[in-house]
Amino acid sequence: MKQNPWGSRFGKKPNTKDPLAAAQPEYDLIVVGSGLGGLTAANRIARAGFRVALIEQHMKLGGLATWFKRKGGHIFDVSLHGFPFGMKKTCRKYWSQAIADRIVQLDGVRFDNPQFQFETSFTKQDFTAKLVEVFGVERGRVDAFFAHLAKMDFFDDSSLTTGELFERFFPGRNDVHRLLMEPISYANGSNLDEPAITYGIVFSNFMSKGVYTFVGGTDGLILAMREELVKNGVDIFTRTQVDEILIDGEPDDPTRDGPPRVVGLCAEGRELRCRAVLSNAHLKTTVLKLVDPRHLRPAFRREVEDVRLNSSSTQVYIGIKKGETVPHVGDLLFTSTRPTFDTHSLCDLLGESRTFSFYYPEGRPELVGEDGIGRYAIVSSTNANYADWKALDTEAYERTKQELCEQTLAHLEQYVPGIRDKVEVVEASTPLSFEFYTQHPAGASFGTKFEGLEPSMRLHKEVAGLFHAGSVGIIMSGWLGAANYGVIQAAKVDEYLHTTPMDDMGTKDSTQGASA
Amino acid sequence: MTRDEVILAIKDIITTIAPDEELDGLNPAERLRDQIELDSMDFLDIVMELRKRYGVQVPEEDYKELASLDSCAEYLGPKMADIELKVGA
Repeated sequence: MKQNPWGSRFGKKPNTKDPLAAAQPEYDLIVVGSGLGGLTAANRIARAGFRVALIEQHMKLGGLATWFKRKGGHIFDVSLHGFPFGMKKTCRKYWSQAIADRIVQLDGVRFDNPQFQFETSFTKQDFTAKLVEVFGVERGRVDAFFAHLAKMDFFDDSSLTTGELFERFFPGRNDVHRLLMEPISYANGSNLDEPAITYGIVFSNFMSKGVYTFVGGTDGLILAMREELVKNGVDIFTRTQVDEILIDGEPDDPTRDGPPRVVGLCAEGRELRCRAVLSNAHLKTTVLKLVDPRHLRPAFRREVEDVRLNSSSTQVYIGIKKGETVPHVGDLLFTSTRPTFDTHSLCDLLGESRTFSFYYPEGRPELVGEDGIGRYAIVSSTNANYADWKALDTEAYERTKQELCEQTLAHLEQYVPGIRDKVEVVEASTPLSFEFYTQHPAGASFGTKFEGLEPSMRLHKEVAGLFHAGSVGIIMSGWLGAANYGVIQAAKVDEYLHTTPMDDMGTKDSTQGASA
Repeated sequence: MTRDEVILAIKDIITTIAPDEELDGLNPAERLRDQIELDSMDFLDIVMELRKRYGVQVPEEDYKELASLDSCAEYLGPKMADIELKVGA
């Protein structure tokens, strides 16, 4: 198989020079992985005055908040565009006012399936109105449902599933369940079998105050974040593979005081010393691959081994020829030809349900040329099972991708007549693409199921100085969940760096940070 | 730092975290969350800022002590008695 110079699932382009050439011998914190959680944590700790390095295996920062370009001036955003209102506050507080100011509301969210068709502002008020007027549900019942969601918290009984919760409030109303669940399934890979608490938290954040996006695309956001990091003194190393997190001590060793603790890491065959590591790699990768088993209690390793992965995704990227236009059919279109709803079928190989994200010139003003011509792109997303795609041989894999592109264009034709004449680029990604680019096990694009949250939050109690801030537990997923989890874990890192004396770390110099 | 200065220190930190909130009319006995828009992430920021500016540690199990301005003064007073107020840091 020929090697794609830009990197592909067939192999990475080898480094020609040492990516760590400019690294300092020691840091207070090294962040492994530059998804939104890793980026936000790195910025937070650097601003607190500590020496921070950020290491990313890929050539770009951003993790799944990413983009790519194709010949002809095409640029595609990879994560589904559309995040909750809370992202504005998170960007203002942990990044900059300028970044927050580029977040704008999307006004066209549409549903189109055999059970219902309408546009929504994606707010609690509008969902209430739709449930009453379109679905004919009694107003009191709708209010009771939202009131129930609002007061759900972490300490609730987590044995109730989302499906059971829906059944309790809207028994037998598959159409209502579809409205309430489908957008969230696309946003975080969850289904009706998850603990209802995950739904309550995500719904309250996501489906309450509308959907927002970043003007200037994902590349604009990540570039602006990179500038902030550099300004705040973070050393950034891309195309750098971390091999192992270096740890001193073993668990339950009666001769030592406290658990094993982080002393550095090994990347590209080189050792870097640090006081703490925050891993933004997948939870399973962090615990089961980057840490030598002798530093962990076997029971903790087993707990992480048992954590279930969330599903993966496929996407089809459709680039429109320069000069061609697409009518304004909405920003996000949740569409399906399935007569009824069940969350597992959202993952079907070549299934009937997909979300179209439409990108209009207003969202990317920087691409409007001197001739005044802006660019359009459409990205279709579906949830997917890794096993379905992994089972295909090379020929079947290529053929299935082709078929996915064909079916997507056929589906799109009803919303954008004549789409085939407007298109210049059509390309598909699969769970195998996600696996290659993110190194997540089984190409998981939404982290782990609920049980991943516990070991992720507790990791620093197993190994002092080792923190995790990846997509876990459904609620710490998506752009806002990921960024906020970075902040939550950064608060713990900050406490650790302030309360663990330097002498304890076996380091000689530098007290920067502790007194800043 | 006196009790009043502790309250001043907390208000100054909240100003940087929630710049749009009006803090002059706050009732010190009432929960902050019930008077202005502060979420659990904002409380994490207050804790980090206390650590950064004053070297004061607030362990996770004590976060509830920061609920109102009065309870802040009660809880932080002894910890900050020998520390000087820094405003607008």
